[in-house]
Amino acid sequence: MAAPQRLFDIRRVIGGLFVVYGLILAVTGLLDSAQEIQKAEGIRINLWTGIAMLVVGGAFLLWERLRPSDGPTSSNASASSGEKE
Amino acid sequence: MPDAPLLAAQDLRLDVNVLDYVILALYFLVVLGIGFAAKRAVRTSLDFFLSGRALPAWITGLAFMSANLGATEVLGMAANGAQYGAMTLHYYWIGAVPAMVFLGVVMMPFYYRSKVHSVPEFMRRRFNGATQLLNAGTFAVAQILIAGINLYALALIMDAMLGWPLWLSIIVSAAIVLAYITLGGLSSAIYNEVMQFFVIVAGLVPVVIIGLTRVGGFSGLGEKVKQSVLGKGGLHTWAHTAGTDNPLNANWIGLVFGLGFVLSFGYWTTNFAEVQRALSARNTNAARLTPIVAAYPKLVIPIVTVIPGLIAVVLFGDLGKDGGPTYNEAIPLLMNEFLPNGVLGVAVTGLLASFMAGMAANISGFNTVFTQDIWKAHVNGDHPDEWYVRLGRIATVVGVLAGIGTAFIAAGFGNIMNYLQSLFSFFNAPLFATFIIGLFWRRMTAWAGFWGLLSGTVCAFASYILYKAGVFDFGTELNASFWGAGIAFVVDAVVSVVVTLATTPKPESELRGLVYGLSDASVSDDALAGDAAWYRSPVILGAGVVVLAAAFYLPFL
Repeated sequence: MAAPQRLFDIRRVIGGLFVVYGLILAVTGLLDSAQEIQKAEGIRINLWTGIAMLVVGGAFLLWERLRPSDGPTSSNASASSGEKE
Repeated sequence: MPDAPLLAAQDLRLDVNVLDYVILALYFLVVLGIGFAAKRAVRTSLDFFLSGRALPAWITGLAFMSANLGATEVLGMAANGAQYGAMTLHYYWIGAVPAMVFLGVVMMPFYYRSKVHSVPEFMRRRFNGATQLLNAGTFAVAQILIAGINLYALALIMDAMLGWPLWLSIIVSAAIVLAYITLGGLSSAIYNEVMQFFVIVAGLVPVVIIGLTRVGGFSGLGEKVKQSVLGKGGLHTWAHTAGTDNPLNANWIGLVFGLGFVLSFGYWTTNFAEVQRALSARNTNAARLTPIVAAYPKLVIPIVTVIPGLIAVVLFGDLGKDGGPTYNEAIPLLMNEFLPNGVLGVAVTGLLASFMAGMAANISGFNTVFTQDIWKAHVNGDHPDEWYVRLGRIATVVGVLAGIGTAFIAAGFGNIMNYLQSLFSFFNAPLFATFIIGLFWRRMTAWAGFWGLLSGTVCAFASYILYKAGVFDFGTELNASFWGAGIAFVVDAVVSVVVTLATTPKPESELRGLVYGLSDASVSDDALAGDAAWYRSPVILGAGVVVLAAAFYLPFL
């Protein structure tokens, strides 16, 4: 149970999703036509949202890298699948 | 597009393209992928229902917060922002924060340490089987009605994207939700809940930024709200609440006692869809921190709900009027107006995911209570564990089907938040009265629990019917729900006291760990290293968020 827990740490999932979304939006934002920019009141909203999502996603991935789910969690997780102490 | 597009309800069409669908598809691939992986790790029914009591406070806190950010929040609070203006902020501050802190500081130890799996089970241990059955029954009905609201909201968005008729959207949405719950169970529901929270924020923040740019920033928005149908009252929360000359037609007694105390404490402290998130925490301290961690983001959620509501009322002159779009459509209208493809996909994904998470939470709440508190406790409790997991799956299907029916009820309300608040006044307010008296008054008897709960529920319902029939004049539907909640609370309390005095109390040995002041010595201390730090103290963090909530009111007095 500890292995999937690490693989599916929510921070990795959100971080990964946001990085992918961020890339898609940032590229779209760079290619946006004048019409799309005008729709958003002159703001390159795809580009800015993309950059913001990249930053947030990166932060989640970094957090997960620096503090992989702390000790007590994983020991409790393995206990809960068997007998609870 | 002109400044005030005159869109009729049926005409709202979100201009999605392939890019948006790719973003949407990516999301659901991830969620279902987690569902599959989680399913392999789920073995026992406890795992299925409570995700194995292993999660740290920051995950359960976000899950708690996100379980609340469903259709109710996003469409409903924006609808309220448009209809009632800044007074909607009460739902976030006085109407949420104190109750969330109270839940964490005072009540959570009782829930968590008694190892109950649900609120009705707690009612059985504190009172008796009849109280459990009554509570489980009303809870099951409430969850199905609320699931209908989520399903309706989901269908509304699908309708706006694809142009399908509402009934078809509702049925297809129900099929998608069903597939998603059966594939994943609660473990993936928790992931989806947390993810949708971030995605929806990522989708709504651009709406707010562009919207504020259009109306000339906060000051421009303020000026324009003053000139709108809301008038000056639309910018204040407490002004003119000595009388009822304010957008909500509510006075401060209704706000403080009805909303701030009964409705809000009733909702936050007994709503199992949310309390269940805290029961998945790894120890008592993490469980207590769960609602408090959630209270901090709750403070600032109005930026993406109430503010868009105000922007919508300023931009769309016919919002909420006859022939115009309903208040429920404030957010989709703004998305359509401002967002180019790309960000639009993110916002649509966030909304769809949010409604699915909301409905999944209702259905899994229904599922737990039906299987454990109705069937296992009162019909037949002798089957092996797997039998109940299977029954839970059947209950899920039945719950989703029933939700299709209640979605059509929800479709009859122009503002789903009003409908939802009425439901809370029937179901949560009396439950809170019974709960809180039973917790602090150890003499309260088993049958007092039952009769108090029953009479409170009936009276709240009666008050709503009399308001609808024109006998009671509460001004607005929301104010009616404040008063209904207040009435339910008082009636429940009075009946509980009277019945208690006429019946014999339970012996103290049966109440250990269930009432205040009688701790259960057999439960060991489960504190972890580091729990003593100030940043993991429920009391300090709780006090902090209450002070912040009070400070947030200052610009909107």
